[in-house]
Amino acid sequence: MSSQTQKILTTDGTPLEVSLKKAERKNKIKAFLLVAPLLFFLLITYIFPIGDMLLRSVDDKMVTEMLPKTFKSMEKWDGKELPPEEVFESFYLDFSKLVDEKREGKLSTQLNYTKNGFKSIIKKLRRKSKNFEEGNYKDQIMAVHKRWADVEYWKAIKRRAPPITYQKYLKGIDMYQNESGNIVSVSEDRRIHRILWLRTLEVAFFVTLLCFLMAYPIAHLLATLPMKYSNLLMICVLLPFWTSLLVRTASWMILLQQQGIVNDFFVFTGLVADDARPEMMYNKTGTYVAMTQILLPFMVLPLYSVMKTISPSLMRAGKSLGGTPFIAFWKIYFPLTIPGIGAGCLLVFILAIGYYITPALVGGASGTLISNQIAFHMKSTLDWSFASAMGLMLLTGVLAIYWVYNKLVGIDNIKLG
Amino acid sequence: MPMNEQFVKFDKVDKSYDGKVLVVKDLNLDIAEGEFITMLGPSGSGKTTCLMMLAGFETPTNGEIYLDGNPISNIPPHKRGIGMVFQNYALFPHMTVYENLAFPLRVRKIPKDDIDKKVDKALSMVSLTGFENRMPGQLSGGQQQRVAVARALVFDPAVVLMDEPLGALDKNLRESMQYEIKHIHESIGVTVVYVTHDQGEALTMSNRIAVFNDGKVQQLSSPDKLYEEPVNSFVAEFIGENNTFGGQVTDFSKDKCKVKLNDGSEILANPITIKSNGDSTTVSLRPERALINTKEKMDNNFKGKIEEVIYHGDHTRVRLDLLGNKDFILKVPNSSANMDIKLGNQINVSWNSHDARALDPK
Repeated sequence: MSSQTQKILTTDGTPLEVSLKKAERKNKIKAFLLVAPLLFFLLITYIFPIGDMLLRSVDDKMVTEMLPKTFKSMEKWDGKELPPEEVFESFYLDFSKLVDEKREGKLSTQLNYTKNGFKSIIKKLRRKSKNFEEGNYKDQIMAVHKRWADVEYWKAIKRRAPPITYQKYLKGIDMYQNESGNIVSVSEDRRIHRILWLRTLEVAFFVTLLCFLMAYPIAHLLATLPMKYSNLLMICVLLPFWTSLLVRTASWMILLQQQGIVNDFFVFTGLVADDARPEMMYNKTGTYVAMTQILLPFMVLPLYSVMKTISPSLMRAGKSLGGTPFIAFWKIYFPLTIPGIGAGCLLVFILAIGYYITPALVGGASGTLISNQIAFHMKSTLDWSFASAMGLMLLTGVLAIYWVYNKLVGIDNIKLG
Repeated sequence: MPMNEQFVKFDKVDKSYDGKVLVVKDLNLDIAEGEFITMLGPSGSGKTTCLMMLAGFETPTNGEIYLDGNPISNIPPHKRGIGMVFQNYALFPHMTVYENLAFPLRVRKIPKDDIDKKVDKALSMVSLTGFENRMPGQLSGGQQQRVAVARALVFDPAVVLMDEPLGALDKNLRESMQYEIKHIHESIGVTVVYVTHDQGEALTMSNRIAVFNDGKVQQLSSPDKLYEEPVNSFVAEFIGENNTFGGQVTDFSKDKCKVKLNDGSEILANPITIKSNGDSTTVSLRPERALINTKEKMDNNFKGKIEEVIYHGDHTRVRLDLLGNKDFILKVPNSSANMDIKLGNQINVSWNSHDARALDPK
């Protein structure tokens, strides 16, 4: 009996653990090599860009690097009254260097984000600074424009000193840090982002609800029909999957526009008058209709795969035990489909919350979502850091929903197939 | 016990799914109150369809089913008050054992205290007391089966249907469950309609057995009668082991007939379905009715050659080449008197013509 020896040895004397590890090392390497390409791919296409996005959204080095001497001399300034001569001098030195490199335009754009009014005074300063004499820069600069003599503008410059900032995140929820450093909301007529966030949540919620209401009966039919019919129906459900998203959205445009097929049909049947055709596109209605249709398969498939596993004898058992068809459905069938409902709803909701193409094409002004706003800043204003900040807020929101969902339903209860 | 002899009555019931083939043909069947009746037959013989019609999940294409004198074709399943045990138990996987058993009571709006009592009673009946809070997935197959039985009985139904309830269990468990179900039936006196394709199960448990084939009841009788006195060659083949001889009736009287076999020899048999001389027939003889080297006087005596000997512990199976039938089986009890059974030996085989039943040709 080997009860005295602590370690179990193999027949040739090596400890069992060592020899087991040796035997399994090959398999481990093999397994790693199999996943390595995907890991590498994800690293490059997913983890790295998201990390970059995170950095970009808080990155504020540009101004920090453009005015290094200014910010250094500003460290001693208390920020209550106008800065001392030393600050003006280093600002002049930094500025002349920028003018030499022809980068003062960028500075004016950046400073203008922080406080309106910088653009014109920087232009003026560039013109006048060519004729500056040595010494007493404070007076010379203040003479260029009265705003240069306003302490608020110097405070605004100082606010750009740290190399990182959370201003973009504040802007994403229509807030900003005012001159005294307090975080406040922008004036009511300029709060566009909050409306967009709320609208995005609202659209995602109702699209999920509509998808659920429509997919549940279809999935049930699919799961209970005999094979030869259910296959055909399944193809009908999947057909949109195989059609390009753009084609589908475009066909909704043809159907829903004011001179479109649906409206023509309404007029033809006398449902509406020719001059009172309802607007079904370039508003929220269009977004709802098109998104529901496009996201429907994502609800049908998880529901179907769960319903397929529910034995029909359970419903029969429920009925034979005295439950009405409704009770049998509500107490037995429905609870068993919850994992599928959870999976479908989570999938559709998360897809809907970041949906872009369809609202962009059929949404109009009142049907665009937060993702359209992100794209707008990516393409038109080129404020990438703001776009990144909003993208990250969206991502965080999705993760939060996932977390709440996990708390309520439990992620283990999800079944995709 | 003066019980209702026609508690369940199938009256000229036909069933077709596709309008082309009749799955059940002109079924007439009376089931007495408190009876344990088994529907036995090969798959596709229509037995499960009959059960489903009784439960209300299928409607008869023609004819009517009566429960305690009332036609039930138009009553939906949940109002029939018939308990059912399903093939794969059909326990509700998201409910505990207690909730499973309470389900039929809750939908009947029975007060909570009574529910607890009834569930306790039903669980102790299947000796699963203490399992109330388990989920079905945490139970073994046999325990799940017992929960299913308890659930079908907990609301005191007049009739309980069981659709191959033991099919998924292993052999030992199946046998002990057979006795358990039989004892439950005896102690509470409920009417049981049991469907199986396992003849052993049917013979052990039932008061009466209805043998189904091709949508028809071939024979309805008690287990012993079914085995000893099959009325046609399907039943003779289907129930138990069976030696057959094909031939023509040559000399037919009331309780005896001579059958000329295909190899020219003649045997005496008991005419069951024979109507006249010249009829084709299949003669059926149970293996244990034929004896070897017997001193008893019997009216069929022939010599056969031993082709195969298989040792079975308590008995030995001997395959003979007898009268042109190379698959003639004998069961020889293991005793020292029969030790001369050797491969290739010629032995004398005898049987009574009464046990050789001349049935319809196959």
